[in-house]
Amino acid sequence: MSSKQNITLPSGITTDKILEVYEQMLMVRTIDERVWAMNRQGKVPIAASCQGHEAAQLGTLLAAESHPESFFFTYYRDLAIKFGVGLDETQIMLSYLGKQGDPYSNGRQFPLQGSDLQRNVIQLSNVVAAGMTQAVGHALASKIQKKAAVTMSFFGDGASSQGECHEAMNFAGIHKLPIIFICENNHYAISVPQNLQMAISEVSERAPGYGLESISIDGSDLLQVYESMQKAIALAKSFTPVLVEMNVERIMPHTSDDDHTRYRALSEIDQLTQRDPLLKLKTLIQDNSFASEEQLEEMLSRCNSRINTATSLAEAAPEPDTKTLLNNLFVE
Amino acid sequence: MAELSVIESIRNTLWEEMKKDPTVIVMGEDIGQRGGVFLATQGFLEEFGESRVIDTPLAEASIMGIALGASFNGLRPIPEVQFSDFIWPGLNQIIGEASKTAYGSNGELNAPMVIRIPYGGGIRGGLYHSQNVESYFFHTPGLKICAPSTPYDAKGLLKSAISDNNPVIFLEHKKTYRLVRGEVPEEDYSIPIGVADIKKSGKDVTVVSYGLMLHYCLEASRLLEDHNIDVEIIDLMSLRPLDTSTILESIKKTGKLVVVHEDNLTGGVGAEIAATVSDLGFDYLDGPIKRICGPDIPTMPFAKSLEEAYLPNTTSIFNGILELSQY
Repeated sequence: MSSKQNITLPSGITTDKILEVYEQMLMVRTIDERVWAMNRQGKVPIAASCQGHEAAQLGTLLAAESHPESFFFTYYRDLAIKFGVGLDETQIMLSYLGKQGDPYSNGRQFPLQGSDLQRNVIQLSNVVAAGMTQAVGHALASKIQKKAAVTMSFFGDGASSQGECHEAMNFAGIHKLPIIFICENNHYAISVPQNLQMAISEVSERAPGYGLESISIDGSDLLQVYESMQKAIALAKSFTPVLVEMNVERIMPHTSDDDHTRYRALSEIDQLTQRDPLLKLKTLIQDNSFASEEQLEEMLSRCNSRINTATSLAEAAPEPDTKTLLNNLFVE
Repeated sequence: MAELSVIESIRNTLWEEMKKDPTVIVMGEDIGQRGGVFLATQGFLEEFGESRVIDTPLAEASIMGIALGASFNGLRPIPEVQFSDFIWPGLNQIIGEASKTAYGSNGELNAPMVIRIPYGGGIRGGLYHSQNVESYFFHTPGLKICAPSTPYDAKGLLKSAISDNNPVIFLEHKKTYRLVRGEVPEEDYSIPIGVADIKKSGKDVTVVSYGLMLHYCLEASRLLEDHNIDVEIIDLMSLRPLDTSTILESIKKTGKLVVVHEDNLTGGVGAEIAATVSDLGFDYLDGPIKRICGPDIPTMPFAKSLEEAYLPNTTSIFNGILELSQY
């Protein structure tokens, strides 16, 4: 543990805010661990863990807080975004269990996939990078209609190999769109390490080739993410598209169907928690005495109690009505 | 009433809809300065400006993906793929994404976009400027498909497609663009998607077709009058939803069915019609269902002789109908 320090928080960020985000992050971790456990119990068919990516996502939302019109095209590792924009843990558990009331697709799709328009999130597909060209179209429509919104397109390093990633960035650069491409680079495309995905050391090196600004940061550091995303949002709002690379670790295997000991050295896996954003934020809080150990314990106990209630409610919820199987192929 | 070609009718309709609705935009390769390779958007850039008439990079995946994303945010995009043959990189967004938008969001999200696709052959286009792509979309739930054959129908269906809140594939047969002319009223009218049109009534044989082939069917039916064969010709106009009730009603009367399309035989629209009619109209039939279609090779070759050999024509359609009528 690092020595005691007195950190200067970025302007606009209070100690209370840090504690609020920490509890959010703790709740996301609690949900993430619960759905993984329920997968092993045979109750949740599939889960893609967000562990290791939480600061990148919640730091982005923290920066976007003063821009409520921001719109998010997420991908499957973005649980913290979906929770952070306001979905509650019961809705999330309904989605993981494929129950009636899943707010993203009502049990049509994988967990938290579909749309949550009330909270400005779209994530239609499991085809990586497919959401990136859609995000560009969304940003184009904002610019044409003179809407002030910034569109944020989240993707992994794996998606950066897709042709649509290239096409999306190229078009955004040509038309100077209000968009931020956020690469949550955990250095693995399922099992394929970064050096077999690209010859360069950082995805953001490609930005100049598209006429995009680039920012490359430690995505496990909440405050660094917050400050960088503030800059990125300001650039995007003035029609300079940005590629932000957030270097993170994928603490868990790709999904609940994967076993990363097949392709990662145990020594490497053991190191992952050193860049665990939750532990880093907790350390920052402790080192600066932002909260007492009792307060931190209370937070954990609140999170556990919340997930237990949410799990019970979701498990008791009905399955989607089979009479609705053919519904909503088209809208009116 | 003005007499227009198919392409003139499409251009006028796009123009009218863009005048009327500021959320309609057009985008695609060479559609701005060049006005489109078939001139469907000639003069649009000057009239509507570069924010609504977008010359895109040559990249079909993003043309479709960007149009789809714009349709999520208040616009009604009309992306054009320059030739049907170039649509394959865009299929991820059309079949993988747009068709699943409403279902995959349980009806919360929708994709009001019209994908304009010049398709088909008989113009010496060879393997990569002649393709019939309809069966790939025809198999896909969540898409509507229009395939008009006349300038009048093109206007009415395009109006419906643009106002539809779902993704619509709009197939424009390239050879009909300038070959087929007809009267088009200036007033506003629309033709509902999913309703076929009886282009000629008759009592002996039902012929179902669409696009360019519809015109060859009409020619063949005129020649068959000399043989006292009275052909009823149904122009599908929309492939999906498929108007099976109009087909079944016709077969009740004629007892005989021929389906004609330029697209390959196997797994084509004709196969689905034959299957549906054998299921729901078996009792009405007094002969086998005949398909006159392109053979199962990639598409029509470039050489004149081979292109002609691929395509159904008035003679082959005439012979097919005659043979069935004598069954």
